[in-house]
Amino acid sequence: MARYLVRRLVLTLPVLLGVATLVFALIHLVPGDPAQSMLGEGASEEEVVQLRHRLGLERPLLEQYRTFLTGLIRGDLGTSFRYGTPVTREIRDRLLRTMQLAVAAMAVAILIAVPLGIAAAVFRGTFIDHAAMTFALAGISMPNFWLGPLLAILFAVYLGWLPVAGTGTVWHLVLPAVTLGAALAAILARMTRASLLEELRELYVVAARARGLSRLRAVVRHAFRNSLIPVVTIIGLQFGAVLTGTIITETIFAWPGVGRLLIQAITFRDYPLVQGCILFISLTYVGMNLLTDLTYGFLDPRIRYD
Amino acid sequence: MIRIGFVIVVIAVLAAAVGPMLTPYDPAAQELARRLEGPSASHPFGLDELGRDILSRLLSGARISLMVGLAVVSVSSILGMLLGSIAGYFGGVVDDAISRIVDVLMAFPGILLAIALVAVLGPSLTNVVLALSVIGWVGYARLVRSQSLRAREFEFVQAARALGAGAPRIVLRHVLPTAFPAVVVQATLGMAGAIIAEASLSFLGLGVQPPTPSWGTMLDAGRSHLFDAPHLTIFPGLAIALLVLGFNFLGDGLRDRVDPKLAR
Repeated sequence: MARYLVRRLVLTLPVLLGVATLVFALIHLVPGDPAQSMLGEGASEEEVVQLRHRLGLERPLLEQYRTFLTGLIRGDLGTSFRYGTPVTREIRDRLLRTMQLAVAAMAVAILIAVPLGIAAAVFRGTFIDHAAMTFALAGISMPNFWLGPLLAILFAVYLGWLPVAGTGTVWHLVLPAVTLGAALAAILARMTRASLLEELRELYVVAARARGLSRLRAVVRHAFRNSLIPVVTIIGLQFGAVLTGTIITETIFAWPGVGRLLIQAITFRDYPLVQGCILFISLTYVGMNLLTDLTYGFLDPRIRYD
Repeated sequence: MIRIGFVIVVIAVLAAAVGPMLTPYDPAAQELARRLEGPSASHPFGLDELGRDILSRLLSGARISLMVGLAVVSVSSILGMLLGSIAGYFGGVVDDAISRIVDVLMAFPGILLAIALVAVLGPSLTNVVLALSVIGWVGYARLVRSQSLRAREFEFVQAARALGAGAPRIVLRHVLPTAFPAVVVQATLGMAGAIIAEASLSFLGLGVQPPTPSWGTMLDAGRSHLFDAPHLTIFPGLAIALLVLGFNFLGDGLRDRVDPKLAR
């Protein structure tokens, strides 16, 4: 296991360096002068020169890159142009909110998807199966920037059951979590069905059925546990999609997380903050994928010897 | 499912092609006195915050969505097929270099990199296509690379090599065609992905800029009127969801035909 762990970590390092390099390059892709772009057309020459100096843009590119990487290793992502505070602090202040939303969305997705996937597999080829899978495909096709406002119209505007935006109580979390979790629920339901159908063809399930177990009991007692491995993997790998989804969901519901911070930073052309948010989300994603791989290797020892 | 998908896509293409010519309203014409008015016989989908006919704007927006989808899928698939087949056929250092770039781009979740690129390049239709293509080619490259790795061991490819065919000819005439069915499936599903991505970027204010009608910008405008004019949100969203569902049905159906094992 230790060798597998080291190998996976070593393989991740070039990817991390590549991500950091690409994010570093972003600010240099700004057409014209990034400092001028951040300050707007009305800024004086002196202000532009000052900002260029603050951002270190007048130094040679390689030196800027080295400073960026060493800062990154020390957890220093620069200073926000808009807030005048360290980027890491701005992200840290909103991190908990984003994590709350992401975890709640994943919980909603699992609660909807697993029963739906099991029902579709157990009643394969029937109306239940078709209905469940059509529902799942609709979930994938329904963009969260539409689902969110629709849920808000129904549950906040017409029924008045839930708050339309903001934070404060657990009820504020319901609409954003359902909006964010719907697409994942659709993917997981399809995966659960496919994985369970695969297991149901295995000899041990056939043997259990031959001993007189009902199809439902064979599923619950035997096939379901084994079918979980790919489902768990998908849950881990989809964490990245959920993180990206927070950008739109937080914008819709005015949820004060990292996703909304990114959009606000873009609006104010606060490039250091944009870089920081992009880097944070990507590195979290890479980290989650690594963790998923390691968990997979732990759950299924065959993976480690490949 | 494949038939339903095909019908939805054909209707959408027809609506985008001839729809704007059939509606009596200019998508940019404003009737400020009737702003936010709900659906009626003269305006079946109602009027928006500036008193513009929502149906006319949806039909014009369909052109944008389909054009962006087509442009992104074309650029991504051509680039992806080219780089994927080169990586798979030649292997070695070339494969390593292309695969590392793919790894890095895949380390960015969803459309995050596209958001970042549009944020720095500035919001415009061209930059949306560029940003979505930068992240889009990776999927095709991976797919074609794996097909090419298999194809280079096929006897007909080895025979072509033995007959003296050059690498470009082998890749273009013999290796790439083996990957076409899978690429077509990926491209169909890619249309759905590109349409949602464009709408997402426009919704966030990073895509098509007003007054050009785009389904994403229309949804964004509707956000401020959830309480007094929900039709501003309902119809553009429905259009996006239906078109994406159509491409997903079509792509899923095609995939089942290309690889019947997946249809189980």
